[in-house]
Amino acid sequence: MAIKRLDGRKQHELRKMFAKVGVIPNADGSAVFAFGETIAIAAVYGPRLLHPQHMQNPATGILRVNYDLFSFSVSDRKKPGSSRRSQEISKMTEHALAPVLDLKEFPNTVLDVQIYILQADAGTRTAGINAASLALAHAGIPMKDLVCSVAIGKQDKDIVVDLTKAEEDFEGGEGPTDFPLAKVANSDEYTLLQLDGKISTSLVKEVLTIAEKSCREIYEVQKKALKEVVN
Amino acid sequence: MSTMEPASITIETFRKIFEAGKRFDGRKLLDFRELYIDYTVSKNAEGSARVKLGKTEVVVGVKLTIDKPYPDSMEKGNLMVSGDFLPLASPRIEHGPPKFVAIETPRLVDRAIRESGMIDLKKLVITPGEKVWTVIIDVYPINDDGNLVDAATIGAVVALKNAYIPGITEQGTADYKHRTKNKLPLSTETYPLSFSFYKVGKAILLDPTREEEEIADVRVSFALSKWNKQYMINSCQKTGDTPLSKEEIERIAELLPKKYDELNEKLKSFL
Amino acid sequence: MVKISERNTNTDNSEDALVSKKRKIVIPGEVIASGEDFLPSDGAKRLGNDIVATKFGLAEEAGRVIKVISITGAFIPRRNNVIIGRVINITMNGWVIDIDSAQSGFLPIDASPRFINKNEMDQFLCIGDVVVAKIWSINQRGIDLSLDGNGLGKLEQGFIFRVSPNRVPRVIGREGSMISLIKEKTNCDITVGQNGWVWICGSTMEDEIKARKAVEMVTEKAYVEGLTEKMEAWFQDN
Repeated sequence: MAIKRLDGRKQHELRKMFAKVGVIPNADGSAVFAFGETIAIAAVYGPRLLHPQHMQNPATGILRVNYDLFSFSVSDRKKPGSSRRSQEISKMTEHALAPVLDLKEFPNTVLDVQIYILQADAGTRTAGINAASLALAHAGIPMKDLVCSVAIGKQDKDIVVDLTKAEEDFEGGEGPTDFPLAKVANSDEYTLLQLDGKISTSLVKEVLTIAEKSCREIYEVQKKALKEVVN
Repeated sequence: MSTMEPASITIETFRKIFEAGKRFDGRKLLDFRELYIDYTVSKNAEGSARVKLGKTEVVVGVKLTIDKPYPDSMEKGNLMVSGDFLPLASPRIEHGPPKFVAIETPRLVDRAIRESGMIDLKKLVITPGEKVWTVIIDVYPINDDGNLVDAATIGAVVALKNAYIPGITEQGTADYKHRTKNKLPLSTETYPLSFSFYKVGKAILLDPTREEEEIADVRVSFALSKWNKQYMINSCQKTGDTPLSKEEIERIAELLPKKYDELNEKLKSFL
Repeated sequence: MVKISERNTNTDNSEDALVSKKRKIVIPGEVIASGEDFLPSDGAKRLGNDIVATKFGLAEEAGRVIKVISITGAFIPRRNNVIIGRVINITMNGWVIDIDSAQSGFLPIDASPRFINKNEMDQFLCIGDVVVAKIWSINQRGIDLSLDGNGLGKLEQGFIFRVSPNRVPRVIGREGSMISLIKEKTNCDITVGQNGWVWICGSTMEDEIKARKAVEMVTEKAYVEGLTEKMEAWFQDN
């Protein structure tokens, strides 16, 4: 029997996605990516000179990611300025994107990736990674592939895809579980793996299968946004 | 975009071109770029807006929180303008302590809104002496192509006009899930607009692009509102170490009413 | 293996490459072509039987060679690039030049056209001055520049402005056809740096404004077909 989700979606149905590149003319690469009401914007600057000098790496360029929420992206205003949560997500995002990048061609430089959430309805880090992946490609950075990210979750005993905040807050049954993942688009490599909640070990395989399918859908949206650039 | 500073030959050539009353994009010296406004920024804000002046883009959000009133204004709600100049909008912005422009811009927007009396803060009292609404305006540049101050002020004004007051829970806290149908207590007569005049050599410009802004010697920003057909200057600030002459200040003051009406016409179509 | 930064560049990315329908936009990781015969070049690599894009851009097939041309992104300096830069510092041995890339450029004191000693360096170039220079070599310390060559040297008048570096081939045009058209119709001297910086110097303000507008129009319409004809028509009307 098909489960009923709060917003009427099917069990493995993603929210409506939106992606566009080139939204910040000043940036070397930029993009917006949205899952439903969660909207992320990303800008890439670089490769550019890294200050201070002692942080430079003569063997390779460095990836530096900064993720944060706009103060009014959430219901309870978030004070401007970085928080521990945003610092942690910044690092996770850096680890999610680094595997597809090869910055050896740009020693002593930094590649700055700025990700901000304009409007939050859960899945913000996954929208952020999708936007950043687009912005990096848009910036012409050498990459082996795009990175796609999705948050898998549970509604009671059932695995669902791309939860809204209302679904995340829903305490019924076994309680909510948030399982954000990211993978290299066309290969079996997972670059982001996080989990909060309660999920049986026997379900991991199913989760990965579902994630793979979702990521293929996300990849199509990302690909279309990049191909539309020349207009 | 680049972080290269203006070249000497460029500064000289631009000065001559401006002093001849011309600009590269074909505008007259006192023309604003094309204005665009939409309200699709964030549903989690009580009100929000995106403003574009040419390629400059700023987003502004309004949030309301319940707090104690300030000791020196116990019968009024509070107003706060802040924001963050993130490394998103320009390669010139880096992480770390804010540069002066990041500190100054929200303060200019604050004074424009506050001194114009656009918000009737007295009507934002919930329980006299104990609980009031604080209106928090947050300004975020998305793409800096010059004149962030004027764009941010427009953004604050339209976001306020578009904002609804949250409900109040039984416990007396803000209920963001159940907004009231009430908009903010705003003046129906007027709102402030900002006009930043940039001096380059002997020429005076409005709404410069980033390239034009970099060449400028000094800037003076005026916030203006219109009460009963009178044009009132609500705030003014000169920034930059080149002096302005008496003649220049008088000339600018004379231009203000006409400029207010012109910009207001453009703005009205988005309200 | 030759370091990428030292490879000689072919800067004649012809009009065809940018406009022809045979070229296609590719994204990183996308398969451009399959087969043993193909040779991957800049922006492409071989993965088994496939030639795969390693960056976002326009895939171009020239015979058996497949490469990807960037259409977006920052300027990546290459040896022999002619660039326009601004002097940002004077040291004991030369001038430090901002060339709008991750590393700055360096012009040694003997680049001066006449002999000057270390106390007179600002008689040739001061901070804020602009040069057209060639990238001589790229290494760990920085980018070495040279003023040896036609059209290189200090720029005395006019102004400089920036366009996206990826549009530079379009602005120059096949064998310089587009830039020659603009120069002719506006009576201006124009130099286009590979780093996206453009220098214009005309005898009147109106000419300089028109020339800049023309250059910017070309960059905006970079992928439109028949752009040369369109620009000629524009010059008729303006």
